[in-house]
Amino acid sequence: MGRRRARRRACVSRVVLITGGSRGIGLACAQRFRALGDRVAVTYNSTSPPDGFLGVACDVTSGESVDAAFAFVEAEFGPVEVLVSNAGITKDGLLLRMSENDFASVIDANLTAAYRVAKRATHGMLRARAGRIIFMSSVVGLLGSAGQANYAASKAGLVGLARSLARELGSRSITVNVVAPGPVATDMTAALGDKRLAELTAAVPLARMACADEIAGVVTFLASADAAYITGAVIPVDGGLGMGH
Amino acid sequence: MDQAMFARFRKCAVEVLSVSEDQVVPEAKFGDDLDADSLDLVELVMALEEEFGVEVPEEDLEGIETVGQAYDLVVGKL
Repeated sequence: MGRRRARRRACVSRVVLITGGSRGIGLACAQRFRALGDRVAVTYNSTSPPDGFLGVACDVTSGESVDAAFAFVEAEFGPVEVLVSNAGITKDGLLLRMSENDFASVIDANLTAAYRVAKRATHGMLRARAGRIIFMSSVVGLLGSAGQANYAASKAGLVGLARSLARELGSRSITVNVVAPGPVATDMTAALGDKRLAELTAAVPLARMACADEIAGVVTFLASADAAYITGAVIPVDGGLGMGH
Repeated sequence: MDQAMFARFRKCAVEVLSVSEDQVVPEAKFGDDLDADSLDLVELVMALEEEFGVEVPEEDLEGIETVGQAYDLVVGKL
């Protein structure tokens, strides 16, 4: 194992860490990166990832847990070169029925967690004078979504976070970008129910949901050499749903 | 100035700022003489915190311009 790792390191194999990488969009990203020959670590909360990935149990709402996860990945693979901050939750409800805890916990898991992992990853990236950070936002961050004030606010917040970091870290060749998917067939959207999904899809110009792999392709592009001059960008991958913002 | 302590400080500065040892003298200014930007200084402070096992709060860095000032600040935390 050690020798294989050493040999792979000699190629362009990068160390990739994906939060929430055991299913949905995160898993699709992990599979894409692995197919490119990268060494892929995925953090997970409830579902452990399939074989072939370095799985790390991690609660992204805890700085200590995030630190321990990075330390584990660094010990196994070396410093993280590509970070995909993807873990996210929803606690939907209309504003008048949304408790402060429902609001705060979604912000914590979706936005503050992105700050935690980006900050931790930046240590190694600054030293390397290189790095790629990709935040998984959502079309609703800029479109808004009735019943998802907490989720939309957290996803919009990622844009300000990414663009500030893009300015702070740009001189060290670290790029920070945002991917904003529309409706994607995952466990998260399946929970919305058929009626809501049909409504969502009807509003999409491409008239269908995305598969997770279609999001992953954009993520791996942003981590590729071809995207070296892209930073602070918000890339919609939403079938046209968000056109105009 | 304790020479052994300063040598440890200088080692951090050389590594983080990519400067030569003889540039790291007490009167050297981080901006003008060592070509360090704000991010370099944050990195240097983090390296010094690790090397000396101290914590330097953000507000203490206000007005620190020279190697000598930074050295005094860090050593003052020991």
